[in-house]
Amino acid sequence: MLGIRKEFPGIIANDDITLQVREGEIHAILGENGAGKSTLMSILFGLYHADRGVIRIRGKEVSIKSPNDAFSLGIGMVHQHFQLVHNFTVAENIILGKEGGFVYDIHRASKRIKDISERYGLSIEPDMVIEDITVGMQQRVEILKMLYRDADILIFDEPTAVLTPQEISELMEIMRGLAAEGKSIILITHKLDEIKRVADRCTVIRRGRLVGVVDVQSTSASEMASMMVGRPVSFKVEKAPSNPGPAILRIEDLSVMSSRHVLGVKNFSLDVHAGEIVGIAGVDGNGQSELIEAITGLRHAESGRIFFKDADITSMPIRKRNELGLGHIPEDRQKRGLILGATLTDNMVIKEFYKEGFSHHGILDYPRIHDYAERIIEKFDVRSGEGAESLAGKLSGGNQQKAIIGREITGEPDLLIAVQPTRGLDVGAIEFIHTQLVKERDAGKAVLLVSFELDEIFNLADRIAVINAGRLIDVVRTDETDVDSVGLMMAGIKASGGER
Amino acid sequence: MNRIRPLEARKASPLLVSLSAVVLGIIAGCVFILLIGKNPFDGFEKILFGALSSRRRIGNTLGMSTQLILIGLSVSFAFKTGLFNIGASGQMLVGGIAGSILAYYLPMDMPRVIYIPVIVIAAAAAGGIWGFISGLLKAKFNVHEVVSTIMLNWIAYWMVYDFIPRFIIDPTISVKSKPIPLEHTLRAEWLREATGFSTLNYGFFIAIIMTVAVWFILKKTTLGFSLKAVGSNRFCAEYAGIKVSSSIMISMAIAGALSGLAGLTYYCGYSEIMEMGKMPNEGFDGIAVALLGNCSPAGSFFAAIFFGILKMGRGSLAATGIPTEIADTIIATVIYFTATNVLLSAFWNGRFQRSFEKKEEAVSYALKAAGDMRCASDLSRKEFDELAKKGRKLMKEVR
Repeated sequence: MLGIRKEFPGIIANDDITLQVREGEIHAILGENGAGKSTLMSILFGLYHADRGVIRIRGKEVSIKSPNDAFSLGIGMVHQHFQLVHNFTVAENIILGKEGGFVYDIHRASKRIKDISERYGLSIEPDMVIEDITVGMQQRVEILKMLYRDADILIFDEPTAVLTPQEISELMEIMRGLAAEGKSIILITHKLDEIKRVADRCTVIRRGRLVGVVDVQSTSASEMASMMVGRPVSFKVEKAPSNPGPAILRIEDLSVMSSRHVLGVKNFSLDVHAGEIVGIAGVDGNGQSELIEAITGLRHAESGRIFFKDADITSMPIRKRNELGLGHIPEDRQKRGLILGATLTDNMVIKEFYKEGFSHHGILDYPRIHDYAERIIEKFDVRSGEGAESLAGKLSGGNQQKAIIGREITGEPDLLIAVQPTRGLDVGAIEFIHTQLVKERDAGKAVLLVSFELDEIFNLADRIAVINAGRLIDVVRTDETDVDSVGLMMAGIKASGGER
Repeated sequence: MNRIRPLEARKASPLLVSLSAVVLGIIAGCVFILLIGKNPFDGFEKILFGALSSRRRIGNTLGMSTQLILIGLSVSFAFKTGLFNIGASGQMLVGGIAGSILAYYLPMDMPRVIYIPVIVIAAAAAGGIWGFISGLLKAKFNVHEVVSTIMLNWIAYWMVYDFIPRFIIDPTISVKSKPIPLEHTLRAEWLREATGFSTLNYGFFIAIIMTVAVWFILKKTTLGFSLKAVGSNRFCAEYAGIKVSSSIMISMAIAGALSGLAGLTYYCGYSEIMEMGKMPNEGFDGIAVALLGNCSPAGSFFAAIFFGILKMGRGSLAATGIPTEIADTIIATVIYFTATNVLLSAFWNGRFQRSFEKKEEAVSYALKAAGDMRCASDLSRKEFDELAKKGRKLMKEVR
C-alpha cells in the first residue's frame, strides 16, 4: 500500500501512509485508537476507498472495491468480533458463502478442513457446533475460514482481546506457523508485548501519519511506545503499598442468574476493604458482568447477600445504593454510562439532579448544575467542542470515559466499581485513569476493578480475585503471584492443582 | 482549558428542516393545482381567505387548532420520553365522554369558576388513566405502547357506544348525545362576540397554558429530567437510579391527560355533542403536528395552527373549482417531507458544507496573499469570516 490517503469530513484518517509487507512476514501495525489503523485495513479489505494512493500485490497494481475483491486477491481478515453462525457446525461456517453450486458436499469440505487444520496445527473438529467450542477455538475457525479461501495475506484485528494468556501463546504459535508456510500476516494491535513476542517488523502510525517502520528485534518496547504516543510513557503506575481498612463491601455466597437463564455467578464470596484495589481477573463472559450488576442493583441476586458499609443492599433500589456511596464506572460507557443525546451538563448530574443543591422543590437549578459540570470538566480535563453544552455523543471515547470517571469520583463514593475503565482508550488516557483510581484508593476508598487485561489488573490491584465460569477460583495478593498462575486460574485451574 | 473546536460548517436546525418541509408541501400543492389546470395563487389565496380573512374565520381556525395543539403536545411529550402515543384518539374519547357526562349532570347554577376546573380536571384524569393503562402494560408486562394504545382506542370507541345511550342520549337522534347547553360548554360569551360567534373557546387558553406547562416540565423540572433521561437512554437512566417503569407510567399518564383535554375542548367546546361510531381523526393528525413541530412544545403549537389554517381554509377552495382534497394533499405532503427529515437535513448540511469549503478556499487564498503562515483551521470564527470576505475579493480581482 503506497501513499494511502483517506479523508473523512473534518479529519484526515490516513495521510500518505505506506505499508509494505513481505511474503512470510508477521508485520504489526501499532497505533493508538483513532490513529488510523482500522481505516487503513478497511481500505485494504475493500470497505473504504482511498482518496489517493495505490495498492500493489506482488508488484501488480490492484483495485479493491469490496471485500469480495479482497477475498479473490487472497486477502483475509480475522475480525475482532467473530463472524460465525452460532448454531452451525465448524464446517458449515467455513464453507458459508463458498458452498459451490446448489447442492454442496459437506464431506469433501470437511476433509479439506481437516487437511488444512493438520497442516497448520489448528486442531479443529469440523463437526463441532460453534456454540460448544471455546473462544480460542472459534478464533481458529475464523483463521481456517481464511485459509479455506486460499488467503495469502491474513489480517488479524486485535486478535488477543478475548483470549486467556495460554490461548494467546497458542495463537502466537499458529501465527508463526502460518508465516513459516509463506503466508503474510498483518497484526493490528496496541499491545506492545505481543508485537515483541511475534512480529518481525512493525509499522507505527500516529494521528493518521506514518511514524516509522522498525525491526522488532532491535527495538525496545518503550521505544515503540514513545513512537506511538509521541512522548515517553510510563507503563507502571506509581503506587505505594496499600493500607487496607475495614471491609466496605462484603459479598456472601452470591448467585446471580445471567440473561441466558443460567447461573452466571455461583456462590461467590469476596470482601473489598477501604484503601485497597481488588482486581477481578477473568476472561470476558465468565460472570463479571452479572456480578457487578448484582452489586450495583441492575440485576437481582438469586441467592446470597451483599453488604455495603454493613447495610444489606442485596435488594436495595439503585438510587439508595448510590446515595449510600456507591460509584460505578460501567462497562459500556455509551449504553450505561452516558446519555449520548444529552449535554455533558445533564450527564454530570444524572445521578444527583434531584438532590437539594441541584434542584429545589422539583425545579432544577441550572446555573448551579452548570457550575458543577464545569468544575468536573475542568478538573478531569474533559475535552469537547462546546464545553459543558456539548452533546455527550460528540466526545471521543477517552473524553467520554474521563467525564464518567469525573462524575463518579466527584460524587465521593466509598466504593468505586470500575469495569473495563480503559477499554479502547489510548495510552495517555489510560495513564490518567489509572492514576485517578490509585488516588481514590490512597484517599481511603475501596476500589473494585474488573478488567480483561491482565496487565491492567497487575498494574493496579492490591489483591486479585480470579473468576471462572461464575465461580471465585481464588483471591491472591498481587505481589505474591505472577501472570502465569493467574492465567491458569482464569482457565479454571487452581494454583494448588486440581480443577474446581 | 478546552481545546478550541476546529471550525466546521453549520448544521441544519430542526426549524429549518420543518420549514423546508412546509415549503416543499406547498410547492407540491402548487404543482397539483397546476396539473388540474387552475391557478395555484388563487388556490392559496382562497385557503388563506377561508382561514384568516375575518375575525370569525380566525376564531374558527384557532378553535380548530386547539385540539391539534393539545394532541401535538401529547404525542410530543410521549415522544420526548421515548414513547409513541398513537392512542390520542381513544384518550380524546374518554376525556370527551367524561366532560360530556359531567356537563349533563352537574347543576346548571354551578358557578363557571368552579365548573370549568372540575370538567378540566375530570377530562384530564380520564385521559390520564387511559394513558396510564398503556404505561402500566408496558412497564409491567412489556406490552408495546403502540399495540396497547391502539387497542385502547377501540375500547374507548365502544365505550362511547355504551355511555351515550346510557347517560346522555339525545331522544330525537339516537346516535348522538344531547347537545350540551351553552353555559356548560367551554365557549364564552365574550369570545363568541369578539370573534363573530366562532368556535373559539376557553380550550384555546387551556392549550396555551399546556404548551407552557409542557415546556416547563420538560426543561425545568426534575420530573422532566428523569422522564427525558429514560426516554433517551433507559439503560443509563436505570444505572443512574431513576425508576424506569414508574417513569414510563407517569409519562403515558401525562400524555393521556393532554389528549383527554383535547377531547374536552373538542366535544365540549369546538362542538357540543358526541356521536357514536366516530373515531376522532385529530388523534392521528396530532402525530403529524408533533413531527412537524420537532416534538417541541412551541413547535407543536405553531405546527397545529398551520394545519388548522389548511383545514379551515379548504372549505373556501371549492369556490375556485379546486377540489378541497388539495388541502389534505398538502398536509399529507408536508407530513411526508417531515418524515423524510433525514434527507432534508442532509440536503442543507451538504449545502452548508459546500459553502463552507468555498469559504475555506477563500481564506487560504487570503492567508497566502498576506504571507500569513497560519492554517485555516487555527483561526477563530470571526477571523475566518473576515478573511473569507477578503479572500473572495482578492480572487475576484485576479479574475
